[in-house]
Amino acid sequence: MIKSFVQKKLTFREIDPEKGLRAAMDLSPEAVIDCISDSGLKGRGGAGFPTGAKWKFCRAAKGEQKYVVCNADEGEPGTFKDRVILTRFPHLVFAGMTIAARAVGATRGIVYLRGEYTYLLGGLKKALQERRDDGRLGPAVLGGDQEFDIEIRMGSGAYVCGEETALIESLEGHRGESRNRPPFTADTGMNADPTVVNNVETFAWAACILDKGPDWFRVVGTDHSVGFKLFSVSGDIDRPGVYELPLGTTVQELLEAVGGENAKAVVIGGAAGRCVGQGEFDRKVCYEDVPTGGAVIVFGPGRDMLEVAENFLEFMCEESCGQCTPCRVGNPKLLECVRMLKDGNCSASYLREIVALGESIHAASKCGLGQSSGNVFLSIVEHFREEIMGRAVGSV
Amino acid sequence: MADKIQVDGGKTRAPKSMRRSRPEVHLDTEHPVTVTIDGLETEVPFGTTILEAARKQGVKIPTLCFHEDLCVAGVCRVCLVEVTGHSILHAACAYPITEPIEIFTNTPRVRRARSHMIDLLLSEHLGECYSCWRNNNCELQKLAQEYGVRRYRFGHVSERSEPVDRSSYSVTRDMDKCVLCRRCVRTCIDLQEVGVLEALYRGHDTKIGTFLDKPLGEVVCINCGQCINRCPTGALRARDPVEEIWTAIDDPTKHVVMQTAPSPRAGLGECFELEPGTPVTRQLNTALRRCGFDRVFDTNFTADLTIIEEGTELILRLYKALVEKDASAALPQFTSCSPGWVKYLEHFYPDFIPNLSSAKSPQQMFGSLIKTFYAEKNGIDPKDIVSVALMPCTAKKYECNRPEMCDSGYKDVDYGLTTREMGRMIHQAGIDLPSMPDSDFDDPFGTATGSGVIFGATGGVMEAALRTVLELVTGKLVENFYDHCDITPIRGFEGVRLAEITIDEVGPVPEIIAHLVPDWNWLKGATLKVGVAHGTANAKLVLEDIKAGGPFSECHFIEFMACPGGCLGGGGQPIPTSPEIRKKRAEAIYAEDAGSKVRKSHENPAVLGVYEQFLTDGPCGEVSHRLLHTHYTERGKYIV
Repeated sequence: MIKSFVQKKLTFREIDPEKGLRAAMDLSPEAVIDCISDSGLKGRGGAGFPTGAKWKFCRAAKGEQKYVVCNADEGEPGTFKDRVILTRFPHLVFAGMTIAARAVGATRGIVYLRGEYTYLLGGLKKALQERRDDGRLGPAVLGGDQEFDIEIRMGSGAYVCGEETALIESLEGHRGESRNRPPFTADTGMNADPTVVNNVETFAWAACILDKGPDWFRVVGTDHSVGFKLFSVSGDIDRPGVYELPLGTTVQELLEAVGGENAKAVVIGGAAGRCVGQGEFDRKVCYEDVPTGGAVIVFGPGRDMLEVAENFLEFMCEESCGQCTPCRVGNPKLLECVRMLKDGNCSASYLREIVALGESIHAASKCGLGQSSGNVFLSIVEHFREEIMGRAVGSV
Repeated sequence: MADKIQVDGGKTRAPKSMRRSRPEVHLDTEHPVTVTIDGLETEVPFGTTILEAARKQGVKIPTLCFHEDLCVAGVCRVCLVEVTGHSILHAACAYPITEPIEIFTNTPRVRRARSHMIDLLLSEHLGECYSCWRNNNCELQKLAQEYGVRRYRFGHVSERSEPVDRSSYSVTRDMDKCVLCRRCVRTCIDLQEVGVLEALYRGHDTKIGTFLDKPLGEVVCINCGQCINRCPTGALRARDPVEEIWTAIDDPTKHVVMQTAPSPRAGLGECFELEPGTPVTRQLNTALRRCGFDRVFDTNFTADLTIIEEGTELILRLYKALVEKDASAALPQFTSCSPGWVKYLEHFYPDFIPNLSSAKSPQQMFGSLIKTFYAEKNGIDPKDIVSVALMPCTAKKYECNRPEMCDSGYKDVDYGLTTREMGRMIHQAGIDLPSMPDSDFDDPFGTATGSGVIFGATGGVMEAALRTVLELVTGKLVENFYDHCDITPIRGFEGVRLAEITIDEVGPVPEIIAHLVPDWNWLKGATLKVGVAHGTANAKLVLEDIKAGGPFSECHFIEFMACPGGCLGGGGQPIPTSPEIRKKRAEAIYAEDAGSKVRKSHENPAVLGVYEQFLTDGPCGEVSHRLLHTHYTERGKYIV
């Protein structure tokens, strides 16, 4: 077991996962969806798609077999909150998946578990067996008319498989590459059948909401981002770990909570996120301002922002599936530019050219990975221009 | 008399379960959706892609990875368009219209992103246009021209990172020119269901390769060359024998003979800016002589011979199975003229090898005859003969190098030349093909029939065989059953086709095969069932159907062609290819058939002459078995 610092006050500790499940089984599928829609829950993986709407599409989609897939391929650099949830609250996640199955009419559930989390497999399987043994999974969940079972499939370390369509390709046994959309997975997903794909945390919150009711969830947050969210905070801070904070918390407040007040920059959302500089610490962490799946990496005053950019771009070049041109060929050009900047060899005009390219990579890429791959680099160029330009030639 | 049975909706593509599961939105013509493209409002069926909708409106969107014959990939990201309300751009080829949307195809953002994509592709492409075989016929070059690329913004590759793979007799791969559009991958797995090519590694290291990245000559490639026809750049090409052929022509001690297949004659005009489907048969004869070929023969002659041999073989098998009740007679009999198909069967369905006709392909039959019968008749030492075959095909290059294809004592055919390579030879010789005067083929194989010509189109071999078998068995003219002897039920481009012909009455056994069967009474009232499949994906459908005991298992004779459309869509034909182009080539082929004086193989006087003078023990006799028939190798998934 990996030791993690986890904030003492966690909502998940206080919830009985089975109460939400029982509530859902007593409701009609439509009522379950309404409950989730009313709560305003949005996908906790980072993209922030309204969960209720996703379930509603999937329920409406035609298909004999429907699937509920839990995206546990937590691969974003700097995020580890799903690992904590899966370790400590697996039943909450499984209950959430069962609730989703009830809502959309699915009978098969799959957890796509990150390859590096293989050590969690034993515990998760045991939890699943417990649920099967006492009828919380199986041909008649809680003795009702809902059939549902969950299996666990292992990922193999590809970051892109955290993207939902690439995840499904991987589940089907193909190369982990994203699909064209539309059609969306809620309509045409696993084996071309309707499929709900949600993040680990989304399912956990869904179970909480079914227990406590939609209004309970809405008490904190902003207009478009409600509820609490788990954050994985790491970097140059006093207390790295997993924190539960309301959406809408400002970067400054977050830094104060984790002991990172002297930060120079914060990368929010991991490699696919963006870099927030000191001047912007009053920005809010929420879907409408700075969105995140939970990864917060804090950089102290001594950090070289070009090295930060280089590190993230190396990651993107390595993890691109190589399918589409902008992501495959474009990212290495950005990386090359960062290295030129480090050497003091990049002209302002070439940097302009590369920034424009970065914008095209965002606009042209096929999936979320490519679309967000240049974000950290572009935001560093925007906020740290003075720091990155004008290095003496050959200084590194 | 003949019923066409549509199997499985006549689809030309593999079943979905077999394809890479890229879901597509199904077209729903009942529900039109309103779409506005660059300000013009129109209605399109639900599920129409932006690209199709734009094309219908006359709006041109540049594409690279898109190909009409293939499933959608959406990977090159060149066909980007802006959709109002969407923060990112969409690939027009991959975006199905399912709700009313407003599209802009020519905004600053779109132009900038497209030119970025082209610049990025160029930065990874070993661009040496003037030494590239696709110079002037390259889709990437064309894009660069259209988008006004005047400098390499993001760098350029000038040094080779990988040697060219020349291990295959048929297909050469230069991966430094690959732009990873994956058309070859989709062709191989989706269109042909062979699956030799796949993307390897990931990210910037992604490349197209084979199983374990082995050379192409060491994997289960069937040499069909369909990947070449769909490659937008010069990354794939056929193995080129042009220099060797010139050397032979220039050597006064060599007697260089050329045989030309029907399909190149329907396609070669495209190398000279003629419309697809412009036949150039007789001009080509003149051009070939001017190039320096000593004799020009018509492969259709041996196509007719194939019909006699393969048809006789079929009759013998049927007699054995139906009269002698001998279970060893493997039915249905499969055609063997397509070397890509033959290799496909050897690799993937070796259990069916007994079903394959032992008759050689027309190319190889001709090769044997030229170095035996023709050499003897003209007093030429066969070792001095260089036999070249103009084929629409890349697999023919492999076929003529099969070790068993040396029955004349020499390599039966020395070089297989594709239509594209022929076009280049003629250009090199400074000959303007369209303005050449007409001339005929050389004797003694100068006469061919319309039946030989239609070998070039899918269903053609079957039609030719039926014309002959029907007449030989019923003793009546085919024209009695089919107007102008056009057996239309087996024509067309559906992927698999099935037809039944009931033989109501029988005639006397013709002399040429009288020693093989006593009478036709055993065929009276019988229903002859025949099938046609083109493209190996469809061949797979048929073979699986036979295994499962479906309608094709009851067939007596099935024609298989490796390439979609038959030989006219072969891997050696001019690029580009599309369903429309193949249709036009087919029209040219059927027109040549309709205009032929003799239209049935068994009426070809030159063929009958060969049986009189040389193959004296008749069809499927000892001599013909030695020279005109072959055997096959059970290869399985391994390379033998």
